[in-house]
Amino acid sequence: MAAVTTSTERSLNRLAIVGVLIVTMIFLAPIYWIASTAFKPRNLSTTIPPTVVFTPEVSPFVKLFTKRSQLRTPPTPEEYAAAPWWERMVFDGGEKVVRDGKGNVQWSGYPSRFMNSLIVAIVSTILAVGMGTLTAYGFSRFKVKGEGDLLFFILSTRMLPPVVVAIPMFLMYRAVGLNDTHLGLIILYTAFNLSFSVWLMKGFMDEIPKEYEEAALVDGYTRMQAFFKVVLPEAATGIAATAVFCFITAWNEYAFALIMTNRRAQTAPPFIPSQVGSGLPDWTVIAAGTLLFLLPVAIFTFLLRNHLLRGVTFGAIRK
Amino acid sequence: MATAVMTSLDPKSRAAARGMSDIAIRNLFIVPTIVFLIVFNVFPLIYSLGYSFTDFRASTNSPANFVGLQNYRALLNDPFIWNNFAITAKYVIVSVVGQVLVGFGTAMLLNRTIPFKGLLTTLLLLPMMLSMAVVGLFWKLLYDPSFGIINYALGLGTFEWLANPRMALYAVAITDIWMWSPFVMLLSLAGLSAVPKHLYEAAAIDRAGPFYTFFRITLPLVAPILMIAIIFRTMEAFKTFDLAYVLTSQPTTELISIRLYKMAFQEWQTGMSCAFAYIVLLMVLAITNIYVKYLNKVKER
Repeated sequence: MAAVTTSTERSLNRLAIVGVLIVTMIFLAPIYWIASTAFKPRNLSTTIPPTVVFTPEVSPFVKLFTKRSQLRTPPTPEEYAAAPWWERMVFDGGEKVVRDGKGNVQWSGYPSRFMNSLIVAIVSTILAVGMGTLTAYGFSRFKVKGEGDLLFFILSTRMLPPVVVAIPMFLMYRAVGLNDTHLGLIILYTAFNLSFSVWLMKGFMDEIPKEYEEAALVDGYTRMQAFFKVVLPEAATGIAATAVFCFITAWNEYAFALIMTNRRAQTAPPFIPSQVGSGLPDWTVIAAGTLLFLLPVAIFTFLLRNHLLRGVTFGAIRK
Repeated sequence: MATAVMTSLDPKSRAAARGMSDIAIRNLFIVPTIVFLIVFNVFPLIYSLGYSFTDFRASTNSPANFVGLQNYRALLNDPFIWNNFAITAKYVIVSVVGQVLVGFGTAMLLNRTIPFKGLLTTLLLLPMMLSMAVVGLFWKLLYDPSFGIINYALGLGTFEWLANPRMALYAVAITDIWMWSPFVMLLSLAGLSAVPKHLYEAAAIDRAGPFYTFFRITLPLVAPILMIAIIFRTMEAFKTFDLAYVLTSQPTTELISIRLYKMAFQEWQTGMSCAFAYIVLLMVLAITNIYVKYLNKVKER
């Protein structure tokens, strides 16, 4: 407002800018520290004072993806010279890359956990958003008896603490052999995200004018055709935003994954903490694993920035 | 539940005449979701309600014996469980109050003419989108007494955070505040930007002081949306598991979810843990009910 730009107002504004910058720096410091630790040589990751300036290297990522063991004797110069650049980095760290009988490099547990996370998150997102979109349309356009109660029931399933649901699910999965399977986790995440997807999509559906479909019906479309050819394209942005939220939730989920999986279907969130264990962990490797794991979410957050408010309030508050 | 959906819809409507009837489409769209949630959420809970009256242990093959309300009685008389509730209450209060102060404060700062406001807001929102377990874990390094950057930045020497029984819960709460203040900030910003500007101009003409303006104009108008943030965060903090579980194993940070997890999956007291889960479940449903009422109230405005 131009009317109130007095000098006190201007200096208050300047103070606010400084304040915001300080808060932003504090909030981003941990994320910056993860990113910088992921490119440090191991001996610089735990120094006092903390190392801020250093020559970045990719050895943490090499170590993240390979299975390694301690070197008892240093490699011979020939061995060292024959090794590819990335293997030399492991040698430099006092370790060697584990190879099988045929000389193939053994992978660490990380890539398979990352793939599991991708599979489970993508499939459960497709299911939750697909069903959620249909259900939201149903609630948005048709009269449903006890609509309020049904919607509350749907939302309440999302609010249950994971451990509470996990106890009976664990017993049931054990009975039918779904423990430590992708399918088992996909079902759990679909159920968990379904309620969210219904609520968020209902908000988006309510915003699409009914007249669009009515016009299509007048033109001779069936209700089904009107839904697929008129409503769905209109809802595309909403569907994309809902899908990203569901993906992030499934991607980040920890408690169910910890309880329901241990090896074959284990996702990254329970795997990464299990690598810390006792003793002095190699924080550069953990940082590298964390950074790769955070990257998709950070990118999505930027793409989603205009829908965040809606997403965190289940579609109740728009802008 | 499925029959509740079958209400009549005007069968003479134009759409009903062509293709599938509206009622058929509505049921086709809604019933699968309801059935899915009943099968995978309600049925397991009925299953565990049954077990909550038994002495079943999932680690043995011995059959479950019916023990009536004994599990519930034992839990409610167990001083250790009450201690877990007390720890959780303390954690919820510290972390939610912290989030409201930091989040609302930051929103007040951002609610001015700030260059790159959009970019800064998005950057500030980043923590809440990240995985609690994975990023929370990294705070172990930040809190490290000998080479953590927190002690270094604050000049605290080798102050113990996570290994100190009295400090650990606060350390977990601080990480939670870092992650979730952005949530309160986001909602507060929405509330603040909805306050009509003419109210501030009128207050300025009346020479109202900044305190008067804040307490009589800003706060009352932002209160409903802030309340949503508070209820939602209270519910989430009450359920906290990931963060406390990866950061510490102190008895002083044993929140309800952690106790429940240990009872069910480490001590294998399955029957007892089902009863415990039910007690927690009822509490969460009560808060959810309040939350939804508030959401609808704000929606109606």
